[in-house]
Amino acid sequence: MSKVNIVEHELVPQHIVLSPEEEEVVLKKYNIDRNNLPLIKSTDPIIQELEEQLAEQSEDEGKVSLKGRIIKIIRNNSPAGEGVYYRYVIE
Amino acid sequence: MNEEDIMLFGPPKKIKEISFGVFSPENVRKVSVTTIIQADTYDDEGYPINGGLMDPKLGVIDPGLKCRTCNLKFGECQGHFGHIELSRPVIHVGYSKEIYDILKATCKECSRLLLTEERIEHYEEKLRQEGVRGSIRQSIISDVLSEAAKKKGVLKDSTCPHCGTDQLKVKFEKPTSYKEGDKKLTPSDIRERFEKITERDARLMGWNTEVSRPEWAILTVLPVAPVTVRPSITLESGIRSEDDLTHKLVDIIRINQRLRENLDAGAPQLIVEDLWELLQYHVTTYFDNEVSGVPPARHRSGRVLKTLTQRLKGKEGRFRNNLSGKRVDFSARTVISPDPNISINEVGVPDFIAMELTVPERVTSRNIERMRQIVLKGSNAYPGANYILRPDGKRKRVTDITSDILAEELEEGYTVERHLRDGDIVLFNRQPSLHRLSIMAHEVRVMPYKTFRLNLCVCPPYNADFDGDEMNMHVPQTEEAQAEARILMRVQEQIISPRFGEPVIGGSQDYLSGAYILTKRGTRFTRSQMDQMMYVSDIDAVLPEPAGEEDGKPYWTGKQVFSLLLPDDLNISYKSKICQKCDVCEYRDCKYDAYVLIEDGVLKTGVVDGATFKARSNCKLLDKLVKDYGTDVGRKFLDSVTRLILWSNALIGFTTGIDDEDLPKEALNLIEKVLTEGKDKVKRLIESYREGYLEPLPGRSERETLESRIMQALAEARDKAGTISERYLGMNRGAVVMAKTGAKGNMLDLTQMSAALGQMSVRGNRLHRGYAKRSLSSFDREDLSAASRGFVSSSYKQGLNPKEFFFHAMGGREGLVDTAVRTAQSGYMQRRLMNALQDLSVRYDGTVRTNDDIIVQFMYGEDGIDPAKSTYGKAVDIDWIVHKNIKAKKGA
Ligand SMILES: [Mg+2]
Ligand SMILES: [Zn+2]
Ligand SMILES: [Zn+2]
Ligand SMILES: [Zn+2]
Repeated sequence: MSKVNIVEHELVPQHIVLSPEEEEVVLKKYNIDRNNLPLIKSTDPIIQELEEQLAEQSEDEGKVSLKGRIIKIIRNNSPAGEGVYYRYVIE
Repeated sequence: MNEEDIMLFGPPKKIKEISFGVFSPENVRKVSVTTIIQADTYDDEGYPINGGLMDPKLGVIDPGLKCRTCNLKFGECQGHFGHIELSRPVIHVGYSKEIYDILKATCKECSRLLLTEERIEHYEEKLRQEGVRGSIRQSIISDVLSEAAKKKGVLKDSTCPHCGTDQLKVKFEKPTSYKEGDKKLTPSDIRERFEKITERDARLMGWNTEVSRPEWAILTVLPVAPVTVRPSITLESGIRSEDDLTHKLVDIIRINQRLRENLDAGAPQLIVEDLWELLQYHVTTYFDNEVSGVPPARHRSGRVLKTLTQRLKGKEGRFRNNLSGKRVDFSARTVISPDPNISINEVGVPDFIAMELTVPERVTSRNIERMRQIVLKGSNAYPGANYILRPDGKRKRVTDITSDILAEELEEGYTVERHLRDGDIVLFNRQPSLHRLSIMAHEVRVMPYKTFRLNLCVCPPYNADFDGDEMNMHVPQTEEAQAEARILMRVQEQIISPRFGEPVIGGSQDYLSGAYILTKRGTRFTRSQMDQMMYVSDIDAVLPEPAGEEDGKPYWTGKQVFSLLLPDDLNISYKSKICQKCDVCEYRDCKYDAYVLIEDGVLKTGVVDGATFKARSNCKLLDKLVKDYGTDVGRKFLDSVTRLILWSNALIGFTTGIDDEDLPKEALNLIEKVLTEGKDKVKRLIESYREGYLEPLPGRSERETLESRIMQALAEARDKAGTISERYLGMNRGAVVMAKTGAKGNMLDLTQMSAALGQMSVRGNRLHRGYAKRSLSSFDREDLSAASRGFVSSSYKQGLNPKEFFFHAMGGREGLVDTAVRTAQSGYMQRRLMNALQDLSVRYDGTVRTNDDIIVQFMYGEDGIDPAKSTYGKAVDIDWIVHKNIKAKKGA
């Protein structure tokens, strides 16, 4: 069975890993700390996929962990139009 | 918290944690202010006996006395616990199950948990893991208990892994006795065993040894509830009547004493055991008088006593009656009835209620004379006052005798609790309060008689009707609460639903059919009728030019009257509810007058009906009025239009009768022919099925194919019959007007009355159950014909034959069961949703957050739009803005 690339699936919204600077902007905008964000598990397939992609891009070998980072999710499938979410990666 | 409380108890504190455990004997003695040894309550002179159940140290229940323990007065002292030293230990019924679990899981000799050291460590490790809480922890504990319990009673390997003692099977005889083998285990035996249980083992069995030890589940000392919990009441005859708990405690002390005396005297074992058992019975029923297997303790009169558990449990118990649902002051409840002459913002309040409920009003230099008048009236005349409050906080009841003195005493700074009067704001509620609109703020209109009156347009949000419904009213007591209610909760602010953004408050029934009659072509009014209508509907406008003259007298059309209610700059067009959905719409030339066109506030064409102002049905005009002109205009329109229609209905008249469903002979013949054709088609289908010619549909068996083809053929036949009858059901029939305008009923109902009912069904299938292979015993087995499977070819008007009637009842029953089941299921689902979502709020930055600031949505609804303030889901109605601007330019 061939592996489906979930990132490209039409039902999977766009997930973007925020840079530490962008993270600060978001936290400041909502006047919160990370723990007030909705959560996403690092075992979530999309996070695993993003981690793999990052590992390929980085020079030094080895696993990249997104734990503790913030993911920006852009959903475009609701009648309200584009919706932006942020999630905090745990475990 | 008021200042006095802060002085007494210090500033408010935040609760960090609460730990629950079993009350230890040590703690019972520590909180106790006295030991109770006397079974009596009062002596001959009526004084409480020291060391008795009404010991003055236990608190005060008589006004005027002071507490012997804390020196506070009646009402201030909360009462203090005492205790009884039990002569022999007894089981606490509430823990009987836990005691059984431990007995099964521990060694009879060394009290160790019947698990090998290895297994104990295994389970300890499991419990140590992070996140092991709640039900996960519970399931590990029950694994421990059941694994350990297996050692008992199993022949091989029934020895203790720690000391090697053979174990016997423990039996539990409900509710409070245990047997090991054939020997009865006394509470003393059990307690002795439990005392030896190690801390580790206890923890593994689910006991937090920091707060609870297993042996505390066996009582050696019994707490005696404060007298404030079980006050005695003095009857009119002067005889004291004691609380049920006191009665029970008397029993306990009596038996406890007799047991002690017998023990001291070295009485025979048998007598001691009997008394011990009796003590166990009394203590058990003191905690719970509804334990299965125990005869409930009774009062001398034969009444069953209400003991501790009974005080808490059930609908009348402390939780459901006093904590989750409290009775409140400043509220009233009575039957509701309609009043079309009051505003939707108002509620009619019976005068006797207005004189009971009060609003505090502060006396100022501006209102002092008026307040004096009110106080002078007293509390038995309207509008009067019931109490005055002096600035020092002293409260004085206004009576007929004191009223003139109190009126004289009145000064600035006093507060008068005056009767409810017209214009006061109150909250009005109908259960079940399922949504925000179940409680709305109304303005009071004091009226005679005994019911609350409400405008018919507000029935939909409350889901109220007048078949005996009752509603509740609450009077806000502070200016702040009154202002909040008026601004946020007033009925007119709720016309547009926050759920679907359309009016939930609006016309219904007669208002809709009446609006049609009023505004249809050909409705004419004379000058005097115009005057009447404009007067009753409070129209502040100049009488328009007459539409024409007839017999030398001027006349006005219904459309002209209706136009008087509309703002001058209103422009809108939409299709009426009565629209026939013609293939090509002819707009303003529509032959049914179904195209509504309003230009500059004048109704040019079209009839007014459900599409204009019916509640909860996407009505266009009311929606636009509220959204573009504001809630004041919307409310005014509803108040006026309903009164206008009420009057025009009275002038013109409107009726319905059985003859509305009359069809001419030729139509009835045609309908019969169509139905017979349908039934013949069914016969042919059955024949071809029997002969095996029936082509099965993809994925279906032949039998299923036949069934669906039959259903199809019969539905077609009924539809044809319906269409034929509809041809004769014109707008000259009242029932048809009601159906087409959205007032009541629909065309299907009418064709069922006039042509034929059609197929009755249960769960979407034709009727087939009842007898073996047939629906009724009057048909042959395996008869698949239309008639035998619940097709009703009679109409309601013709009447149903007995078989049809029975089939109809079968179909009808399903409907009833469905609604009953649906409401129960959706009610439970709604409760769970509400509990999960009740603390979420939309913040000023547009985010939705929980009460501890965790973000749920980064923008409310992903677009930040409030449905109640948007037009069809969009933040702005661009068409309308462009239209208005063009108009403005043209005007300039
Ligand atoms: Mg009702
Ligand atoms: Zn006290
Ligand atoms: Zn042992
Ligand atoms: Zn038309």
